[in-house]
Amino acid sequence: MARKPRSLRMKTYYAMKMKRAVHLLFYRRHSRPGAKGWELRRQLGSDYLKVINLLDDYLEKLDLQVKTVFEEGNPPENPTRDELSKARFFITLKGSLKPKEAKLIGWRIDDIAGLAVSIAHIISKRGKASRKEVEDVLRNKLPNWRVDINLNRYIRYGYLNEDENGQLYLDWRTRTEVDQKALVDLLLRTEG
Amino acid sequence: MPSTTKKKRLGREELQSVVELCRSIEDKGLNPFLVDIEDLVAIIREYFKVWEKPDELILDAEALNRISTVIKLQSEWVKHRATSLYTDPFLIEDKLRTLNVQEIVEVFMKTWHPLVELEQISIHGLDESMKYWESLLPLDERWKNIGFQEWETGTVTLNEMVKQGLLADEAFSERLENFWKELKRDAGEDGKIDYWDFIGAETYKETVERAYLTSFLVTYGYATLEVHPLEEDIFVKPYKKPVSSLAKEQLISVPIPVSHEEWLTWRESREA
Repeated sequence: MARKPRSLRMKTYYAMKMKRAVHLLFYRRHSRPGAKGWELRRQLGSDYLKVINLLDDYLEKLDLQVKTVFEEGNPPENPTRDELSKARFFITLKGSLKPKEAKLIGWRIDDIAGLAVSIAHIISKRGKASRKEVEDVLRNKLPNWRVDINLNRYIRYGYLNEDENGQLYLDWRTRTEVDQKALVDLLLRTEG
Repeated sequence: MPSTTKKKRLGREELQSVVELCRSIEDKGLNPFLVDIEDLVAIIREYFKVWEKPDELILDAEALNRISTVIKLQSEWVKHRATSLYTDPFLIEDKLRTLNVQEIVEVFMKTWHPLVELEQISIHGLDESMKYWESLLPLDERWKNIGFQEWETGTVTLNEMVKQGLLADEAFSERLENFWKELKRDAGEDGKIDYWDFIGAETYKETVERAYLTSFLVTYGYATLEVHPLEEDIFVKPYKKPVSSLAKEQLISVPIPVSHEEWLTWRESREA
């Protein structure tokens, strides 16, 4: 039987690897979705970054992307092998949803506004604000009884984190899903 | 010297206020440049020479530690201001107040890229689950294996519980009080009694019980032990009122063997 040409063999190889990467990234296997760099390297091989880039190109057509979130927060310009190993890779929407579409993913408009206000407030306070302070800001626009429920929900989902002193921080999901700089810029540019 | 005492008191107050000031900046997220670090360090330097005791030096170290935290916050503050994310918090707060819910949501939706994840079982997963289910024993069989047995419930009297040793016929504290009274009664004119003469009883079991209670009398401050190491004599001395030595002085443990052989030797010596 004649051997397949090298280019075809490579294509088959990467197609198989991409399928494996899809399984690893789409299905939740731990408490958090996505996969760590070292897990991908172990499952996909040393050229896992090439597989991820190919998958990212493919997902772009579907308005999805592979998002890399580094431990340090801000993405380094040229991440080292170690930084990539510790980073977590997720699949997120590349574009954005319309407010009406948000209902499809189970969010009320009030809940999204509350999340936006909480995140923006914490960003303005250099990434840390007391829970009471955030509650006061939310009470401005949300009914009192929803404030506590909503904040607990944001914490449960991983958007915010609360320490034992009642201080709120931005958590992993905000770092993954929200373009913080764009949020602040857009807020300031919007005329009320 | 009165002047040193006064200076120490003043210094303590000053250091406490330094600690509180730094802590409030840290906890409330206030501008760390509101404090003058040089002033704070000058306070520490001024009083450092009068500190002698460990708690004074600990306070001094804590104040220094708090100041270093504020310096760290100042460094982070400068870094944050230098980043593109920095915006005057008042501007953002003002925007959040003036924009309505719909406008805030529209802004947020443009910057929000929610995660995508699937929750779906595969044929392989179903197959594995079915195999597991088929091999799983019914609950009643599994419980039998780990020794569960059903018993009829019934009633038991207090006397039966005492007989079985599940309950004492008197509360422990009450028993200890009575034992203390016995010790006070048995202690001679010099207010003490030989350890073995006090704990020794007709049976070995009772002797061990009395040794056990004596150890509690000593630990709880109802009595003390007088140990003469050279003569190998140990006496028990009851107190008139319970004395709490806990946290006042270093307590020591005195191991006293109460073996069956020693009990026999004591009995023989008594009978002789």
